[in-house]
Amino acid sequence: MIEPSDPGPQTEIVRLNKAVKTYQMGTQEVHALAGIDIAFEKGGFWAIMGPSGSGKSTMMNVLGCLDRLTSGLYYLEGQDISRLDDDALSELRLKYLGFIFQSFNLIPQLSVQRNIELPLYYLGWDAIRSAQRARELAEDVGLGDRLHHRPTELSGGQMQRVAIARALSNDPQIIFADEPTGNLDSHTGVQIMELLAKLNAAGKTIVMVTHEPNIAQYARSRLHMIDGQIDRIEESS
Amino acid sequence: MRQTRVIRNVRLGIENLLLHKLRSFLTMLGVVFGVGSVVAMLSVGEGASKEALEQIRKLGSNNIIISSVKSAEEEQRSTTRTMMSIYGLTYDDHARIAQSFGSIKRTAPVKLMRKESRLRERTMELRVVGTTPEWFDLVPRDVLAGRVLLTSDEKKQAPIVVLTEFGARKLLATEHSIGQTIRIGGDQFEVIGIVKSESGQAGNIQIPDQEVDAYISLEVAKKYFGDIFTRVTSGSFERERVELHQVIVQVDEPEHVEATATGIEEVLKRFHKKNDYAVSVPLALLKQAEATKRRFNIVLGSIAGISLLVGGIGIMNIMLASVTERTREIGIRRAIGAKRRQIIFQFLIETVVLSTTGGLIGLGLGVLIPFLITYFSGMATVLTLNGILLPLIISMAIGILFGLYPAMHAAKVDPIIALRHE
Repeated sequence: MIEPSDPGPQTEIVRLNKAVKTYQMGTQEVHALAGIDIAFEKGGFWAIMGPSGSGKSTMMNVLGCLDRLTSGLYYLEGQDISRLDDDALSELRLKYLGFIFQSFNLIPQLSVQRNIELPLYYLGWDAIRSAQRARELAEDVGLGDRLHHRPTELSGGQMQRVAIARALSNDPQIIFADEPTGNLDSHTGVQIMELLAKLNAAGKTIVMVTHEPNIAQYARSRLHMIDGQIDRIEESS
Repeated sequence: MRQTRVIRNVRLGIENLLLHKLRSFLTMLGVVFGVGSVVAMLSVGEGASKEALEQIRKLGSNNIIISSVKSAEEEQRSTTRTMMSIYGLTYDDHARIAQSFGSIKRTAPVKLMRKESRLRERTMELRVVGTTPEWFDLVPRDVLAGRVLLTSDEKKQAPIVVLTEFGARKLLATEHSIGQTIRIGGDQFEVIGIVKSESGQAGNIQIPDQEVDAYISLEVAKKYFGDIFTRVTSGSFERERVELHQVIVQVDEPEHVEATATGIEEVLKRFHKKNDYAVSVPLALLKQAEATKRRFNIVLGSIAGISLLVGGIGIMNIMLASVTERTREIGIRRAIGAKRRQIIFQFLIETVVLSTTGGLIGLGLGVLIPFLITYFSGMATVLTLNGILLPLIISMAIGILFGLYPAMHAAKVDPIIALRHE
């Protein structure tokens, strides 16, 4: 194996080198990522855009350590993680990453507090500290009075706030948001986006997948994808 | 830390199971009935065999019982011809047996008679045993009043009688009857004591004092009543001459019982042309009973095993369904950073909680059933610690065994697909 090229300066948080992800669809090979080279700097707010089938979801899964590259290299904070096993990737997700989904993905049988505490549970925090942290985070997203409610008793916007609180509970390096406003009305969507922008302003790196241009406007960089390749990159002023 | 983790996992598992109370309960039922039946069967089985062993012990595990038997051809002859049949153990046999082996500790001859007896106005037929004072060492029973026969009585050939509780009840004798005279057959006997009665049966041997009403000295029985017995049965009239009906032999050590019994049989064979005696060994019965108990336990164990297996499969089935239903939850947990083995652990704990709870409820049921059986039928049941712990451990093991597959199944869930799962 050839020594990987320079992983780049330390302000880079993720870097893909010749990233290829291939799926077998019947007899056909589909290149969801067809040799992508890109680096995101720390503290950035990226929107990955593109039509369906452009590979933006695959991009997100690979960056979020949920999926592995077929070939190429992935550096997370300067470390090559493309050959790590499932347990090690789980560990990375647990310690460095946070996730927000279109359909919120809260566990319905757990209370708001328990949902927020979930990453802390796997991090091995004790019950008292976890409860305290969950309370603080719930208050930060404006749901301090809903700690003991079930997700089903909340509105969509409230559920997404809980999901954001959960994504923040392990104090992640990067937050991944997959169509975070897709299931929300535009008014609530704006509120959620403002919350994310606020988090970014506070220093969190955010990588978001969306196909709505007005939502993408909240990001500072927009990465347009087509057929598993980067089409163009727009930077906001 | 690790411990609190387990406790938290168990608590979460319980909370999860409580979300579907009816389903969890129905899932457990297999294990509930499995464990319940195991505990109940074991305790009933244990009770029955304990009762049997108890009765065999009453016979005396160091004893050998030699009985007179009227052989089949003798039986035939006595019915066809009116002639006296002579069979059984003799006084000489008793003496020979008593001297034959060093391992024999003591012997008691038994001569059985049925005699019309009378205490004041009450007349009853009593079963009277003519024996020696050794009897009371061989068949130790509490003395309720007065005293038992002594060697000195033997020499005096005194007409005295010891009643059993049975016989005393028949004649309405009490402790005040000591010193009073009862009439046995045509003769007067002085009541000198009353002893406790025991009853019981094991295999085909009765305990020595089963249905015995009174004891008199063998010498007295010989002198007063002779050896010839007349029986009137439905018009025909039988006469037989039997010297002794039984000889009870006590051996010093249990290990010597079988060898001594064989030896005695050899000795008797030499002096008896006919096969008119039978040697029975309670110890052999005891061993047989224990073997039966073991076999019984194996059968019960297999039945229990099958019912627990069915219970386990039921749990596995529901857990697999639950894994499918909770695919999304598993995906969320995995995305957040749960490792595969943590997912396995979560589902395994749920299954073990389910099966152990089932085991505990089953245990309650299994304790209640023998209690009710004893209460309503009087059958003895015994709960042993093993009978309680074993099913509990097994139910826990079932949780692990049948929970492992669904849990592994859960761990294989791909978070990317699971999160898209609607």
